[in-house]
Amino acid sequence: MLKSILSGDFPRSRILSIMLVLTFIGLAVAPFMLSGARPLNTAATICIFIVLVASYDLLLGYTGIVSFAHTMFYGIGAYGVGLALDAMGPSWWAVFTGLASALALALVLALMIGLFSLRVRAIFYAMITLAVASAFAILASQLSDFTGGEDGKTFKVPEILSPGFKLIEAEIFGRSIDGKLLTYYLVFTACLLLFLFMLRVVNSPFGRVLQAIRENDFRAEALGYRTVVYRTLANCLAALIAALAGALMALWLRYVGPKTFLSFEVMTDILLIVVIGGMGTLYGAVVGAALFIFAQNYLQSLMAEASEALAGVPILAQAVHPDRWMLWLGILFVLSVYFFPTGIVGKLRNRK
Amino acid sequence: MTTAVVPEHPVLSTHGLTIRFGGHVAVNNVSAEFRPGTLTAIVGPNGAGKTTYFNLMSGQLPATSGSVRLFGEDVTDLGAPQRTKRGIGRAFQLTNLFPNLSVIENVRLAVQSQAGMGLNMVSLWSRHVELMERAEHYLHRVAMADQRDEIVGTLPHGNKRKLEVAILLALEPQILMFDEPTAGMSVDEVPVILELIHQIKAQGDKTILLVEHKMDVVRSLADRIIVLHNGFLVADGDPTEVMSSPIVQEAYLGTGVADHV
Ligand SMILES: Nc1ncnc2c1ncn2[C@@H]1O[C@H](COP(=O)(O)OP(=O)(O)OP(=O)(O)O)[C@@H](O)[C@H]1O
Ligand SMILES: [Mg+2]
Repeated sequence: MLKSILSGDFPRSRILSIMLVLTFIGLAVAPFMLSGARPLNTAATICIFIVLVASYDLLLGYTGIVSFAHTMFYGIGAYGVGLALDAMGPSWWAVFTGLASALALALVLALMIGLFSLRVRAIFYAMITLAVASAFAILASQLSDFTGGEDGKTFKVPEILSPGFKLIEAEIFGRSIDGKLLTYYLVFTACLLLFLFMLRVVNSPFGRVLQAIRENDFRAEALGYRTVVYRTLANCLAALIAALAGALMALWLRYVGPKTFLSFEVMTDILLIVVIGGMGTLYGAVVGAALFIFAQNYLQSLMAEASEALAGVPILAQAVHPDRWMLWLGILFVLSVYFFPTGIVGKLRNRK
Repeated sequence: MTTAVVPEHPVLSTHGLTIRFGGHVAVNNVSAEFRPGTLTAIVGPNGAGKTTYFNLMSGQLPATSGSVRLFGEDVTDLGAPQRTKRGIGRAFQLTNLFPNLSVIENVRLAVQSQAGMGLNMVSLWSRHVELMERAEHYLHRVAMADQRDEIVGTLPHGNKRKLEVAILLALEPQILMFDEPTAGMSVDEVPVILELIHQIKAQGDKTILLVEHKMDVVRSLADRIIVLHNGFLVADGDPTEVMSSPIVQEAYLGTGVADHV
């Protein structure tokens, strides 16, 4: 049963298993354990980033494709749902229409980028995706009548997902069953299913071909696999899942904007998480996203407290000032790459 | 075993096949036909163009001019995957494997391609027992069943060469191209591979092309010898005839390969 759910891909490390189980339980009960908007926001972001990063790892870690267009697909999903809800009003029909058009657009773009450029050398492919993604981001900001420009757009979501909605009057474990909670569980469930789906894909016959292409595309061709077809399919799959992640994030935030969904910072976050967690293993996305998003959200406040506590000590208080949090995140990243070049998961699996 | 192919018809042929790398013509206007049930040895000094000729036939390299016909169809414009699908299989001279995957996974990838299952995204790779069993069968044939789960990158050279052959067999091709299959193998590994090639030949329906420097091997296996020299086909025919012809004595045996004899 478990074997089938996890597609036979077990963590293969006791510490990793514990980390994964804790992350799963933590995310599953988050709304009941934590009060306030911020912790729940962190939990939802972790869920969505696990899926976003795992779908990127399908390309980078499994197939060996370097793409910088992943945020574009994430943005397409978000804008699709967001703009449809904005234009058509808060109905499920709008969500569905927006999502369907976003998925169609993502598919067409991924197919085109794939067929035109996956034949060329990896470095050119990376450049092309970078160019297309930048053009798309600029376009989204320029078309401000339609997209809300730099400021983006806030919109209403279907009633059942809106914060004011109450499913039942009673509270459960001291938590009212409101729209925010329902949205959280929509996000959580969708992300869980998408993750398990990807786990299945990488452990399917198709997934092994992707790994073979990463290892030696010349030989994969000699075995009869048309690598362009496989690469393009991987590209489309990753793009569709990224778009779904974007749609979930838009529903969660009830907002779309270029900074949150299309900026290059999101792309670097994805890259950092893949590398920290470990390339070529989807569990790396789970561990990496959980740690990274947590650090991103709490490092600053932790540092503020530390800074206050160290108020008397001259240099230290300065060093841990909240304004330096990016510096510390950078240092953490460099250290983690230095000490775990195969990522956290690679490191844990190799300890024997 | 029966095949639809009448032995008189070549399954594979090249017509004026040529490839130019910059100013260098590595294979120059080579025409030859290969018939089922035969084993053709392709010999020639280092750099003669033997591997390049193979690459042109199996689609790893595009021809500058000339054509390749496979089972009566012009495949000159098709890539390697399409030609593999039509029944041509390669074992490479420089081992060319998937280094971070296990031995069984390497063979399994060939079995899966042959079975046309590569696009299946939803079933578990490990659940396809019949494919796994076929992969194991081919590992047995090259005497590598004990190395089943080892990571290929860590194997000794001789084992990598044997794995090359297992992968070729797993493709179940009609045309098998071996490029110096025993080079760099230890003395006890060589007979395993030669015996295998012998068995495939004995089946009588496969077409085998073999690049080989060791003349004793060529003599014991080949029905026919083709000699390449500087990209040209300089001799083609019966082994004893070819080996004694003046052009071969000069072109081949005169260039320091004689010590392989
Ligand atoms: N991709 C390439 N680009 C440029 N030159 C090449 C290329 N491949 C082969 N050559 C050249 O073509 C010639 C023939 O090479 P090839 O590998 O076919 O020889 P060979 O007969 O297989 O030799 P060996 O017995 O050493 O394996 C050589 O001079 C080689 O340098
Ligand atoms: Mg060669």
